[in-house]
Amino acid sequence: MNEKTKHNLKKLGFYTLIFIVVVWMGLPLVVSTLYAFGTPDDYYNPHRIIPLHFTLETTKMLLFTLGGWEALKNSIIVAILAIIISFALGLPAGYAIARFIFPGKDTIKLGMLALKVFPVPIMAVPLVMLYIRLHLIDTLLGVALAHSAGSLPLVVLITASIFSGTSAELEEAGMVFGLTRFQSFLRITLPLALPGLAAAAMFTFVGSWNEVFAASVLTFSHRTLPALMLTLMETAPDYYKFAAAFIMAFPAMIYVAVARKYLISMWGIALK
Amino acid sequence: MAKKVSKYAPYLLVAPAIIYLAIFIGYPMIEGIKLVFYENGGFSLATVHRAVNNYYFWPALKNTLGLVAVIVPTQLILALVLALAMNKVFKGRNIALTLLLIPMTLSDIAAGLIWYSMLSPSGFMNKLLLNLGLIHSPIQLFGYQFHTREFLMLVFVELWRSTVTIFVIVLAGLQMISQEYIEAAEVFGAGYWTRLRHIVIPLLKPSIQTALLLRTIYAFSIFGIVWVLVGRDIPVLAGEAYYQVTQIKDYGVGAFYALLIAIMSLATGAVYLRLTRSEYLEVRR
Repeated sequence: MNEKTKHNLKKLGFYTLIFIVVVWMGLPLVVSTLYAFGTPDDYYNPHRIIPLHFTLETTKMLLFTLGGWEALKNSIIVAILAIIISFALGLPAGYAIARFIFPGKDTIKLGMLALKVFPVPIMAVPLVMLYIRLHLIDTLLGVALAHSAGSLPLVVLITASIFSGTSAELEEAGMVFGLTRFQSFLRITLPLALPGLAAAAMFTFVGSWNEVFAASVLTFSHRTLPALMLTLMETAPDYYKFAAAFIMAFPAMIYVAVARKYLISMWGIALK
Repeated sequence: MAKKVSKYAPYLLVAPAIIYLAIFIGYPMIEGIKLVFYENGGFSLATVHRAVNNYYFWPALKNTLGLVAVIVPTQLILALVLALAMNKVFKGRNIALTLLLIPMTLSDIAAGLIWYSMLSPSGFMNKLLLNLGLIHSPIQLFGYQFHTREFLMLVFVELWRSTVTIFVIVLAGLQMISQEYIEAAEVFGAGYWTRLRHIVIPLLKPSIQTALLLRTIYAFSIFGIVWVLVGRDIPVLAGEAYYQVTQIKDYGVGAFYALLIAIMSLATGAVYLRLTRSEYLEVRR
């Protein structure tokens, strides 16, 4: 009996902890979504904790009058450019680290490891000077180039670990049967590595989608979504803030719901 | 012929990435140093003076370090508890896990704005407490005069947003621990806490180190959450860099703040490398 009570108490404590966590994580998401579509009157009514009247006006205003839609498109373009650039440069390097033994390899690996956590966006401040000279200031390409620098070390490290996980023998077998090394890579190793590469691409996308410092410093009219919201929110009425939060958070929530299974393993690889 | 190719091939493959990083990290570092220390073609400390004597500089440095010192250790403990709990199998685990992971894909701007709906004077918390009769006027969390409250609020929201970074790494580490060790300990009669202290935590040490240093470095450049929630009421280094560049157009001072963050990050990164390197050698020898 005593044992049983103890066991039940433990169970109760455990589920209380889980409950608190779920409420703590989930409630702000629910509330801010409701507020995003609630009418301003309901928001300023002190007796209405949860809005009862809903409107799309705020979100529409933010998207179509204040430039949110443009910024959203910019964000997507920048993120895709960042994936292309960092993979075009990172994939060969990762492949070389995985497949070849050469002097300086350890130094390169260590360097990538050190730069993996370097706050690249901060470097946007001196980068402004270079961008003015190169006419890259206030361009999406400029922002994408800066974001690529942030994700490149990670892409190199991830691709290196993925390629060392795929068998070199298969690739060599392909070469024995008359493929060149490049063909062999394209037809044998790349398909095997694809799932891991997809994870790395997602990581790059999310990083770029959310980055605000470099995007704000390097642009003034061609804003990405976070950069636009940063400046808009300084003066916007409260209910605009909730709509802005929703526009930025919605893709993230969909993404987590769809890709949750891969998220832990992916970040496990990426952050290690 | 084939031999010759394979001798230079790795360098040709690695070179583009290295050159790129040199341009986008190396060059800005040098340009930044030039912006800070050179003026009218000669060495000058005028920019440093301007940066250090800025009214907001010392508070910004203090706040940045203060936020890191409060947030990171709290997150570690929280993440450990959560990871241990989530490593169990229970009903509703998937939902809890999904919720926990959402902030990982949220920008700091979005996280700040989401919490604003909870904490603003007409926000959820205040209205809830008012209507329950627990308070008689809204609790003010925003405003220059509520310095401590604003600081604590930032800590709270940042805990909500970024604890998951540590959580994921620790959880991945936990899942790699061989069940055999745990079972062996159980056979010898070790209870939950003993197992935790003598087996799980020591085996988690590499994951914890990685997570801790990673979070510390990210935390040095805390910006978005601070900017959307409290602006310059609580100045932080990255926020001041942003302000100097976008509002004042003083690139030298902005570069000084940016370099300071970069140097703090590199120093932390060096500690991290030393730790993981010694770990790596230990395993090998």
